[in-house]
Amino acid sequence: MTADAPRGVDAPPELVQLLTPEGERVEHPDYDIELTAEEVRSLYRDLVLVRRIDLEAVALQRQGELGIWASLLGQEAAQIGSGRALTDADMAFPTYREHGVAWCRDVDPVKLLGLFRGVSNGGWDPAEHNFHLYTIVIGSQTLHAVGYAMGVQRDGAEAATIVYFGDGATSQGDVNESFIWASVFNAPVVFFCQNNQWAISEPLEKQSKIPLYKRASGFGFPGIRVDGNDVFACLAVTRRALQNAREGQGPTLIEAFTYRMGAHTTSDDPTRYRLADELEAWKLKDPIERVKAYLFKNQLADQEFFEKIDAEADALGKDVRSRCLALPDPPPGAIFDHVYAGAHALLDEEREQYLTYLAGFER
Amino acid sequence: MTTLTLAKALNEGLRRSMEDDPKVLVMGEDVGKLGGVFRVTDGLQKDFGEDRVIDTPLAESGIIGTAIGLALRGYRPVCEIQFDGFVFPAADQIITQLAKMPLRSLGTLKLPVVVRIPCGGGIGAVEHHSESPEAYFTHTAGLRVVACSNPADAYTMIQDAVRCDDPIIFFEPKRRYWDKADVDLAAPGLPLDRARTVRQGRDVTLVAYGPMVKTCVEAAAAAEEDGRSVEVVDLRSLNPLDVDVLTESVTRTGRCVVVHEAPVYTGFGAEIAARVTERCFYSLEAPVLRVGGFSTPYPPSRLEDHYLPDLDRVLDAVDRSFAY
Repeated sequence: MTADAPRGVDAPPELVQLLTPEGERVEHPDYDIELTAEEVRSLYRDLVLVRRIDLEAVALQRQGELGIWASLLGQEAAQIGSGRALTDADMAFPTYREHGVAWCRDVDPVKLLGLFRGVSNGGWDPAEHNFHLYTIVIGSQTLHAVGYAMGVQRDGAEAATIVYFGDGATSQGDVNESFIWASVFNAPVVFFCQNNQWAISEPLEKQSKIPLYKRASGFGFPGIRVDGNDVFACLAVTRRALQNAREGQGPTLIEAFTYRMGAHTTSDDPTRYRLADELEAWKLKDPIERVKAYLFKNQLADQEFFEKIDAEADALGKDVRSRCLALPDPPPGAIFDHVYAGAHALLDEEREQYLTYLAGFER
Repeated sequence: MTTLTLAKALNEGLRRSMEDDPKVLVMGEDVGKLGGVFRVTDGLQKDFGEDRVIDTPLAESGIIGTAIGLALRGYRPVCEIQFDGFVFPAADQIITQLAKMPLRSLGTLKLPVVVRIPCGGGIGAVEHHSESPEAYFTHTAGLRVVACSNPADAYTMIQDAVRCDDPIIFFEPKRRYWDKADVDLAAPGLPLDRARTVRQGRDVTLVAYGPMVKTCVEAAAAAEEDGRSVEVVDLRSLNPLDVDVLTESVTRTGRCVVVHEAPVYTGFGAEIAARVTERCFYSLEAPVLRVGGFSTPYPPSRLEDHYLPDLDRVLDAVDRSFAY
């Protein structure tokens, strides 16, 4: 990459791509995929709906209804493609930005919003969705995923585990330790790195001198780079890696080459560290537009379909908004709940003292 | 009754836990063929296999992080941290994940992970092998913290810890690993969160846990020769704390001295002093005194006898308590 070219705009040659930004279907010798028109329309619907949820969440934050929000704008294809590659038995470990994967795992978006609104630190049952809780400490979840995969291995179950993290996380010790563990125990895990080019304000060059997918070879397992804005390619590559894991072939690192089109979070101001023309260049690679173009060009969907999806998205946005606003604050005593599984004398004492203190104001 | 060292009692307890529940795993550095550097896991891999007694790569955060994942899948990992001073690479996983994930899940997730840490000094070791990091963990909500002091407790406490659905930091007094005692392998132990009065007395209460319990019992015996009747309470659990046993004792004796190896300053003894003062204020004949390490890093081993509380320093504190 030259200093004056916008970041990541010249696609690196080793990228697996099945759908160009213009919506042209291309072949790949190793990773082809057959998708019915219905499946493509369904992927398009997912992409549009999660972008709409994300947009609504940003708006809610701006209106003071969420404390913060981490937008997935631009990363929809990486998340929907990989998320739709999962079977029900597979387990996913997210960061705090995997709203698209959460969607694929049937987690109610309002539960995601609840976390950012501050009504809980989690809010869904991971076992119900095979989708773990959001993890905020960068990279910690990679070890949890590998441990979980080691458990799957011990159970003799046919399931894979996928773990999400970003380009910045690859510098964390935990991520590197998780690569080592996965490698030596041959754990059935897929490392899905969304390289969105930026770790808040720090560009990829601050994290790595080599392409991230190449890190895998040093740990002894395959790494592959996929066009993270191409939902077909993300689906195909992830599906293969998951299947390899289930079949006992061990871990794979997937680097989904994408772009964070929004701010890191609603608290961030990307104008301080990156140029507007970079964003403009990446807008031409939009993950949703290329699927729309493909559907349109190949007459797999008509105007009525797109209008129907847009209407569904608007209704979903409205629904998410109203249910978010209706989320009740937990009662004060909830501070003490679920800290321990069993009884705990100290917490019992503190709960009683505080609730008695509060009751004093009601007299 | 079987005569066991503390290390062997832990070994027998772990063995029993693994026999009782196929989900119990042991993991850590050198826990397999070697049996751990203190041989606490001796023979377990041979009998339970490499899938249940896991020699891990040499990375403490990895041990705890993957143990969390295994627990999420329904396993009950018992992790060995080789030495107290090496727990810090795992501190992030313990503090930000292990301790907080059950709350994050609103109770849907349980993390029955035991983190065994050989602790304390007195073995002539090099730096980082003699530390007492308990206060870092008692200050972390979501963890239970316990410390065994003798073979019989070691045997039952490790089994209770494995059965507990909460994450537990389990401190083992490494200089007492070779102490022997009779252990009734069939007898149930005191519940994990209870303190035990190990010696009855009337005049002053010594409060200790882990390696200092023995020191305090010896001090109490010496004090008796001077005509002082000294009670010794072994806390066993630091979080939660069995305040009732302390309250009952100090209300009766009117004097309290807390003893631990960790630095006195903001050490666990400060919590004991505060709690005892709150509960026993009108019974106290003297302020609660503390005996422990200095506000220095753990010294080179040729100086550790000066740093570690011993019988004389404990008795000196008892004298000071009586001087009020």
